[in-house]
Amino acid sequence: MKYLKNFGAEFKKNKALFSMLAPAFILTLVLSYIPMVGLILAFKNFNYGAGIFGSKFNGFENFRFLFASGKGWQITRNTILYNLLNLITSQAIAILLSIFITEIKAKYYKKITQSLIFLPYFISWVLVGIFVFAIFNYETGLLNNLRKAAGAEAYNIYDHASIWPFLICAFNAWKWSGYNSVIYIAAITGVDQEIYEAAAIDGANIFQRIRHIMLPCIRPTVITMLLLQVGRILRGDFEMFYQIVGNNGQLFDMTDVIDTYVFRSLMSTNNIGMTTAAALYQSVVCFVVIVLVNAIVKKIDADYALF
Amino acid sequence: MATNTSGFEGATKIKNSPSSMIFYIIAYTLVGAMAIICLVPFLIMVSGSFTAEKYITFHGFNIYPVEFSTSAYELIFKNPGTVIKAYGVSIYVTILGTFLGLMLTAATAYVLGRKDFKYRNKFSFFFYFTTLFNGGLVCTYIFFIRYLHLKDSLWAIILPGMFSVFNMLIMRTFVVGIPTALIESAKIDGAGEYKIFFSIILPLLKPGLATIGLFLALAYWNNWYNAMLFINNTDKYPLQYMLYNTLQKAEAMSRIAAQAGIVVADVPSNSLKMAMAVVATGPILIVYPFVQKYFVAGITIGSVKG
Repeated sequence: MKYLKNFGAEFKKNKALFSMLAPAFILTLVLSYIPMVGLILAFKNFNYGAGIFGSKFNGFENFRFLFASGKGWQITRNTILYNLLNLITSQAIAILLSIFITEIKAKYYKKITQSLIFLPYFISWVLVGIFVFAIFNYETGLLNNLRKAAGAEAYNIYDHASIWPFLICAFNAWKWSGYNSVIYIAAITGVDQEIYEAAAIDGANIFQRIRHIMLPCIRPTVITMLLLQVGRILRGDFEMFYQIVGNNGQLFDMTDVIDTYVFRSLMSTNNIGMTTAAALYQSVVCFVVIVLVNAIVKKIDADYALF
Repeated sequence: MATNTSGFEGATKIKNSPSSMIFYIIAYTLVGAMAIICLVPFLIMVSGSFTAEKYITFHGFNIYPVEFSTSAYELIFKNPGTVIKAYGVSIYVTILGTFLGLMLTAATAYVLGRKDFKYRNKFSFFFYFTTLFNGGLVCTYIFFIRYLHLKDSLWAIILPGMFSVFNMLIMRTFVVGIPTALIESAKIDGAGEYKIFFSIILPLLKPGLATIGLFLALAYWNNWYNAMLFINNTDKYPLQYMLYNTLQKAEAMSRIAAQAGIVVADVPSNSLKMAMAVVATGPILIVYPFVQKYFVAGITIGSVKG
C-alpha cells in the first residue's frame, strides 16, 4: 500500500517523464507481455472457434505428444548442437581475425579487408539464400562448375545431409565474424597503447604480447558473449535456417531446429497446442539456464554477470 | 636519423625475428583470404546478373561475366511495376519505422538514463525481461492476427521492429554522457521536461541518433520475416520478401518449363534472380562505405554493455 502511495507521489511529481516512457512501455506490454498469456495454450487443446480462453485444458498432453513422437528430442539436440558449434566457430574466428587485424600495419590493406569482412552483416538472409543457390545448386552452381572444369563429378549437396551442419556453420561464421571481430577489436584497442609499446620495447615478441596483453583484454568480452549465447541455447536463428535449408524435407533430420519446426507446424499442421508447448519449453529452459549461469558467474566474479 | 631511434630500432628488430615474420605472413594471408571469401558471393551475384542466360545454363555461375548481357535487367525494367511498388513499401516502412523507433528509443533511454528518476531500475528490468522470456512465435502470431487485426497491415512490420532493448541500452550510454548540470540549469531557467528533451537533449544525442537510426533502418530494410508471416497482399510486399518470392517462383517456373520441354535458356531465371538480388541490395552496397563507421561505433558501445 505504502509502495503504491510512493509510486503515486512520484508519478505526480514526474508526470512528464512517465509520459515519455509510456509509448515504449505500452508497446512492450502489448507486443511482448500480453502475448505471453497465450502460452496457456500449451496446456490446452486449441480450437479456432473457441479461441484461446474457450479451448479445453488437456494437461501435459501437448508436451507428451511433442516428445513421444521423438521430434521434441531431435529438434532440442539439433538446436543445442548448432548453437554450440556456431558459438565456438564464429567466436574463435572472430578472435583470431581481431588479433590479426589489430596487428596489421599496412593502412589500406587493413581498411579494405576489414570493410569486406564486415560486409556480410549488412545483407538480409534472403540474399544469403541466393548465395547458397549460386554456389551450391546442382545445375549451375559455382562449386559444380569448378568440379566439372576439373573433370570431377557434379556433387549434389541436397543428397548429403551430413554435410549441412558444416555448411550452416560456415555461413553463420561468414555472416557474423565481421560483426564479432568489431567487438573484439574494440576490446583489444580499448587498452592503453602504451602498454603494447612498453611490452615491445621490453622485448616481448608478438606471441607474448598476444598471450599476456591481448587475450586478457578480451576475456571479459568473451565471457559476456558466451553468457549472451548461453541464454539463447534453445533458440535457433530461424532466418538463417529457413533461408539456407529452405523446404528440403530430406534435410530436416539434420537441420531442423525448434524455431523452424514451430514455424512449419504453425503454417501447416495447425497443431497449435503442441507448437505452443514447444515454444514454452524453449522459453522456460532458456530462462532457467541464463538465470542459473548468471548466478554462478556472479558468485565467481560479479563484474562479469549480465544482470 | 641515428640519434633518436633506439626504441624504434628495438621494435623493428623484434618484428623481424623469424617467428614474428611467420606470424605476420599468416596474419596478412588469413585476413586477406577471409576478405576474399566475404567478397566472392557478391561477385557471383553481380556477374551472374550480367551474364547471358544461355551461358549460365551450360557453364554455371562465375565470378566474372564471361558472356556479357543486360537482358535480365531489361526484363526487370520492362515491367518495373512490382519492383517499384516493393521499393515504395520498403522505403515507407524504413522511414516511418526508423523515425518512430528513434523517438521511442531516445525518449525511453533519456528517462531511464536520468539518475534522479527513481524507478529507472524497475522499468529497465521490465524491458530487459522480454529478452529473457517471451511468448514465442505462435502466441505472437495468433495475437497479431486475431486480436490486433494486423493481417496485411504494414504495421505488422513496423511495430515489432520499433523498440529493441539493445538499441535502448546503446542510446542510454549516449544519454549518460550528457552532463546533468545542463538539465539542472535548464530546469532553473524554467524549462519543462518536454522542452528540455526536445531542445537540449535531442540535439546533443545526434551521434546516438545517427547510430541507432542506422541500426533501425538496416533492420527494416532487410526485414522479410514479418512480411512472410503477416502480409498476403502482393502489393504490400517489401523488397526483400518480394525478392524471396521471385526466387521461389523462378525456381518453380524453370521446373515447369523443363517438364514441359521448353528450353530453359529461354526463361532467364538464373540471371534474373541475380539481377533482382542486385536491385534489392544495391542501396545497401552503395551507402555501406559511408555508414560503416557508425555501425562500428554502435557495436563498440553495445559491447561495453549499458
